[in-house]
Amino acid sequence: METVSFFGWMAWTQPTALFFIGIGSILVCMTIWEIKRPCTERKGFLPIATTRGDRLFISLITSGFIHLSVVGATEWSIWTAFGLSVTLLLVTLKWG
Amino acid sequence: MNKTHNNKAWWLVLPMFALVAFSAIIPLMTVVNYSVQDIFDQNTAYFVGVEWYQEVLRNTRLHDSLLRQFIFSFSVLAIEIPLGILVALLMPKEANWKTSLVLILLALPLLIPWNVVGTIWQVFARGDIGLFGWAVNAMGFEYNYTANALDAWLTVLLMDVWHWTPLVALLCYSGLRAIPEAYYQAAMIDRASRWAIFRYIQLPRLKGVLVIAVLLRFMDSFMIYTEPFVLTGGGPGNATTFLSQSLTQMAVGQFDLGPAAAFSLIYFMIVLLVCWLFFTTITHMDKERQ
Amino acid sequence: MMIGANAFSVRKLLGLLLYLLFVLLPIYWLVMMSFKTNEEILGQLTLWPAQFTFDNYVTIFTDPSWYMGYVNSMIYVVMNTLITLVVALPAAYAFSRYKFVGDKHLFFWLLSNRMAPPAVFLLPFFQLYSSVGLFDTHLAVALAHCLFSIPLAVWILEGFMSGVPKEIDETAYIDGYSFGHFFVKVFVPMIRSGIGVTAFFSFMFSWVELLLARTLTSVDAKPISAIMTRTVGAAGIDWGLLAAAGVLTIIPGILVIWFVRNHVAKGFALGRV
Repeated sequence: METVSFFGWMAWTQPTALFFIGIGSILVCMTIWEIKRPCTERKGFLPIATTRGDRLFISLITSGFIHLSVVGATEWSIWTAFGLSVTLLLVTLKWG
Repeated sequence: MNKTHNNKAWWLVLPMFALVAFSAIIPLMTVVNYSVQDIFDQNTAYFVGVEWYQEVLRNTRLHDSLLRQFIFSFSVLAIEIPLGILVALLMPKEANWKTSLVLILLALPLLIPWNVVGTIWQVFARGDIGLFGWAVNAMGFEYNYTANALDAWLTVLLMDVWHWTPLVALLCYSGLRAIPEAYYQAAMIDRASRWAIFRYIQLPRLKGVLVIAVLLRFMDSFMIYTEPFVLTGGGPGNATTFLSQSLTQMAVGQFDLGPAAAFSLIYFMIVLLVCWLFFTTITHMDKERQ
Repeated sequence: MMIGANAFSVRKLLGLLLYLLFVLLPIYWLVMMSFKTNEEILGQLTLWPAQFTFDNYVTIFTDPSWYMGYVNSMIYVVMNTLITLVVALPAAYAFSRYKFVGDKHLFFWLLSNRMAPPAVFLLPFFQLYSSVGLFDTHLAVALAHCLFSIPLAVWILEGFMSGVPKEIDETAYIDGYSFGHFFVKVFVPMIRSGIGVTAFFSFMFSWVELLLARTLTSVDAKPISAIMTRTVGAAGIDWGLLAAAGVLTIIPGILVIWFVRNHVAKGFALGRV
């Protein structure tokens, strides 16, 4: 058997790499933001009081399901879902 | 307890984080990578975008499997949680050898490797040579778990109840023992009924362990694989083909890594959502009351 | 009043016995099968072995490829329990005493590791541990099982630690204990019960898991549950041998629960929800 490099078997592709870099940088930024300016829990339009991190998590998991429903139920481009998700993320972070 | 804010606490968490992240994140990333490619072998893979997701989301066979899984998991919870609490309430309170014996006997099913659990029930539920199958037939019911879909499903459910109720019971028993005697004495003075004691003293104090029990049982029953595989092999027909088994058929049987990966990520997201909703609701209720 | 209470406890006892009967009957069947010959197992329904035989056990205890399975399983399970405790203790302490950036999310992430369906993750696991040269070692299985045992361990330990008043930590620091010294000498002995219970759960989930353990090993570290699948041969399944092997898998667990029985009976309520 040939020697497989450590990353070879992980079957990286450019889009998935970008995806993880994106998620990673969001997490890093949120952490830095949190250390610089710790946030307090507050109540927005979401039914529960949330911190910034909670709102991020809620947006991310909702985005996941938005992507799935667009892919599964419609013929729209995946970028529609992406656009929707980014908007949702910003709206939730600001007013959620 | 009021906790101090201290980011240096991360140093205490770091070893644990590194260890879990190593085993958790790298495989997860790999599965995400699989899910967007058509993989033939180690060196030949084509990027296909969201095609697998599209295929999987529109596959009715997988919808059925998801539905079966939900019905099964909720049946498991609906039976095991109340039964576990009941058993915990029935257990003796005194610390003596009798209690130890009951604890050990109770924990036995938990300590049996999962494939052995399947094997036990495979024989035990057979109509000709197993006591359970024989007894059910003797009572006049037609019962054959290898031929009848409903029988097979019920057998898997019964096996799961047998296997995992002790976990709920052990956790609840421990939770009950942590309630100070003074609470019961106060209830005695108030002449509280048995039900009132349970509802207003025992149940609230059990909440912590019950959350663990519900989450563990939901997550584990959602991924059940070994026991039904050994017991019924997924049959008859598709009656007991649960999620993990459909996945294994795809990933190992047909080497359709891409669709299988897409499918497992979708399942993962569903479980994540359900657990998060449950967890948040409980936490939220707690804050509301304070 | 007394008569009523007695009638109640009799009913309780009956209920408990009924449940224990339900728990024990399948296990009784397994034990009896292990003393029967295959002809008898498949031939007819017998409550007690007609020809009592120890052959199945003799096979297991004389064949190294059988009994080494138990040794392998024991090694990785003990390693898993130790690793889990060593890393989960400080982490649980941090969760119980401090707030820090991302603590809530970190905790939920830990928990989410139990949620991934194993089937598809097996291949990446196999490749990951092969690429770091751990394939077919006990350490690989122990590390992989940490994925399930650590989240639960942190949760249970945190519950116990929250029960220890914070003043104890503060007094110790004033008395000049360093953190390490305080943690090992004062704190750990105080949560002995928690450690016992945690060890039991780590042991249990690692001992009974089959898929990961089978995927990450081939010869040197092959667990007993994987060896058992060998009994399925060309001539059908060797039920007697399988049952005997199954009975022997229960024994280590009984020993472990015997050691922690008092800790479980002492009770624990879990804080973090």
